[in-house]
Amino acid sequence: MFDNFPLWPIRASTGAGNVDALFIFLLALSGLMCAAIFVMILVFATKYRRRRGVEAEQIEGSSALEITWSVIPLGIFMVIFAWGAVIYFHERTPPRAASEVYVVAKQWMWKLQHQEGAREINELHVPVGRDVKLIMTSQDVIHSFYVPAFRIKQDVLPGRYTTAWFRATRPGVYHLFCSQYCGTMHSGMIGQVTVMEPAQYEAWLSGGGTAGSLAASGDSLFQQLGCSTCHRSDAQGRGPNLVGLFGHPVHLEDGRTVTADENYIRQCILSPHTNIPSGFKPIMPIFQGLVSEEQLTALVAYIKSLSPPPAGGQGGVSLAPKPQYPKE
Amino acid sequence: MATVAVTAERENYLNQEYGIRSWLLTTDHKRIALLYLASITFFFFVGGFFALLIRLELLTPAGDLVQADTYNKLFSMHGQVMIFFFLIPSIPAVLGNFLVPLMIGAKDLAFPRINLLSWYLYIIAGTIYVHCIVTGGVDTGWTFYTPFSTAFSNTRVIEAGIAIFIAGFSSILTGLNFVVTIHRMRAPGMTWSRLPLFIWAMYATSIIQLLGTPVLAITLLLVVFERAFNLGIFDPTRGGDPLLFQHLFWFYSHPAVYIMILPAMAVESEVVACFTRKRIFGYNFVAMSSIAIAVFGFLVWAHHMFTAGISLYSALIFSILSYLVAVPSAIKVFNWTATMYKGSISFTTPMLYAFGFIGLFTMGGLTGLFLAALGIDVHVHDTYFVIAHFHYIMVGGAVMGYLGGLHFWWPKISGRMYPEGWGRLAALLVFAGFNLTFFPQFILGYMGMPRRYWQYPPEFQVLNVLSTAGSTILAVGYVLPMIYFLWSMRYGKIANDNPWDAAGLEWKTSSPPPTFNFEEAPEVTWEAYNYDEIPAPAEVPVER
Repeated sequence: MFDNFPLWPIRASTGAGNVDALFIFLLALSGLMCAAIFVMILVFATKYRRRRGVEAEQIEGSSALEITWSVIPLGIFMVIFAWGAVIYFHERTPPRAASEVYVVAKQWMWKLQHQEGAREINELHVPVGRDVKLIMTSQDVIHSFYVPAFRIKQDVLPGRYTTAWFRATRPGVYHLFCSQYCGTMHSGMIGQVTVMEPAQYEAWLSGGGTAGSLAASGDSLFQQLGCSTCHRSDAQGRGPNLVGLFGHPVHLEDGRTVTADENYIRQCILSPHTNIPSGFKPIMPIFQGLVSEEQLTALVAYIKSLSPPPAGGQGGVSLAPKPQYPKE
Repeated sequence: MATVAVTAERENYLNQEYGIRSWLLTTDHKRIALLYLASITFFFFVGGFFALLIRLELLTPAGDLVQADTYNKLFSMHGQVMIFFFLIPSIPAVLGNFLVPLMIGAKDLAFPRINLLSWYLYIIAGTIYVHCIVTGGVDTGWTFYTPFSTAFSNTRVIEAGIAIFIAGFSSILTGLNFVVTIHRMRAPGMTWSRLPLFIWAMYATSIIQLLGTPVLAITLLLVVFERAFNLGIFDPTRGGDPLLFQHLFWFYSHPAVYIMILPAMAVESEVVACFTRKRIFGYNFVAMSSIAIAVFGFLVWAHHMFTAGISLYSALIFSILSYLVAVPSAIKVFNWTATMYKGSISFTTPMLYAFGFIGLFTMGGLTGLFLAALGIDVHVHDTYFVIAHFHYIMVGGAVMGYLGGLHFWWPKISGRMYPEGWGRLAALLVFAGFNLTFFPQFILGYMGMPRRYWQYPPEFQVLNVLSTAGSTILAVGYVLPMIYFLWSMRYGKIANDNPWDAAGLEWKTSSPPPTFNFEEAPEVTWEAYNYDEIPAPAEVPVER
């Protein structure tokens, strides 16, 4: 019977154990608090039930008690806060060398593309032991990427990228849910995450057709759309040189300084006039409505591939003007 | 029919005038309270009916009872009806309306005609909302998240938005009336430190209604405008920001939780004091904790958005602030419990609801600590864990408080006793049914079942079946009081002026009170909850 009646979710990522530990701590603490209050109420209700001739004793209150039962809970709350914050900080800070999967959500499906190029719908294959960063956007309404076995959840918004990451620890097939209500078939917007041993994963990846890597398709798009006529790699173009841009601060014409992350690049492509780097003219055409979300992710992946890999990262691309990305 | 003759002898607010006109044009706060009672009871059963259909659909994993779109409308309208048309007006507009003037020794609220206006606004809003339901309904969830509500839903969003906009003004006017009344209309000698804790909590509630509701009204208006005129306020394809909506929405809708729970705490203090025969332990702390909740309640809204894409650091700040608001709630629970110490406790129906309230509110509050912990919220946000948590607060807390209060003051309101045995049975059914309905949902949530799912993976079925079973018990527990309250209006034992031997000005006038509340203007010379000066009844009056 208990096969159909699990009471605890599977743990399949490095982060899941941290969440469970705090959860168990809170269960114990709450159990204790509930027990204390319920026992007190039961004892008082029995011991001091109304009896003929016995009057209630009037007690005004006690500031010492009030302060005790305010300060002690507050102290405990601060411990819970700090513990929860540490987990959250970890959850929200993807390792720099994580391999990337671009996710585009739409009513009511998930479209995923690995940086190596493999595309999937409502399914995600990942190897055990690798950090995977999800870079997500939505084509329509707000969705939310939720994998209970990994204890991760991140809303997926139209018009911007949000990120999440995990490192799977246990092979298996796990639920992928949309957890932000998104219309008629919200409950049908589910998929699965398949965690595989690395060798199996490589086999799966190589069997996945001949599509080039995401950055490679971004490269050809970059040529097709004519981006390369201005964004040249020799600093002679009318637009900024994009080599080495990603992850670095950019000074804008309006005085702001921003870090060139995925959202910045996305904004620059869709509405360049609001993000002019200092020293450049607002001459770039607006691509809002001209490129699809998938094309955007390819362009972003390509521009990212023009930057040196983070310190300590593996693989990646060289600093050469013409990037080298893994080709089949 | 001797009993009828007895009531007819004393003139009171019920028998002074007869006829529909005398009700629809009344400015008597007690009659308006009854108008509200009838109207919110209607909406309670509408919302409850939606809830039962939701639970029946979830009996099986497949979506088989209703269509997906219908299901989406059911949970959206369940939420909107229960929150905006039942819970928010429940205790303030019914019990508060009836009791605030009585408790402070006033003839009426400060603005009797505005009070009637607020009921008419509520009725206009309710009529528009019912029209929205019968002509197709709305499927945005009660939260109206953009851009779904503004650009994608093809249901009657504008109509629902306008209805809730108008209902908001009804709530604002009630809050305004209470604030002015409590400041200006207290009887001689009724100082702030002699106010019943009910009044303190109602005052805190009114402040939230006054300051928070306009923000909701503006937000819904923006949704209506964006939808009707294609503005780009929240829709990112037109330059808007969908998170802006969430900030504005929760800026009201988090404090709104306190609009629902503070009044239940208000009832709790009165009931516990009466049935332990004691002054509430730590009066000042309980009073001030209401004010603290109202103030801190405005500073925690973004804890509904930890996974929405807000910055890491703002999440940290909203998490720590959420823990601060938990302290005054904990203070209240400890003080009610301490009040029972060395009391003289009797187990009447209102007290059973009060016990239930403390237990369920404690569980609701403690699970709030889970949700305020950032790392855990990421996992359980938008799952059934959240559903269970807020139902423990809003149904376990607010509805239990409302029912307890209705039983406690029923003799004053109607001049009749309700049948005590049936009352206790219903209270136990509500408690048992509630726990069976919602406790399994905590487990479902941690297992990962998302909310607002029309169909679900089969491993969640057993817990869903338990939950549905519980909801049928809960339904019986809610229908019973409606039946016996109606019954008691004609056949109940005649209540005397103070059947519980309770402290408080409202018990010093007749039951039911005369139109202007007191035969002689009262002057207060005693502290609140002076149970040491009132002899405890040898036996609690009950109708067997």
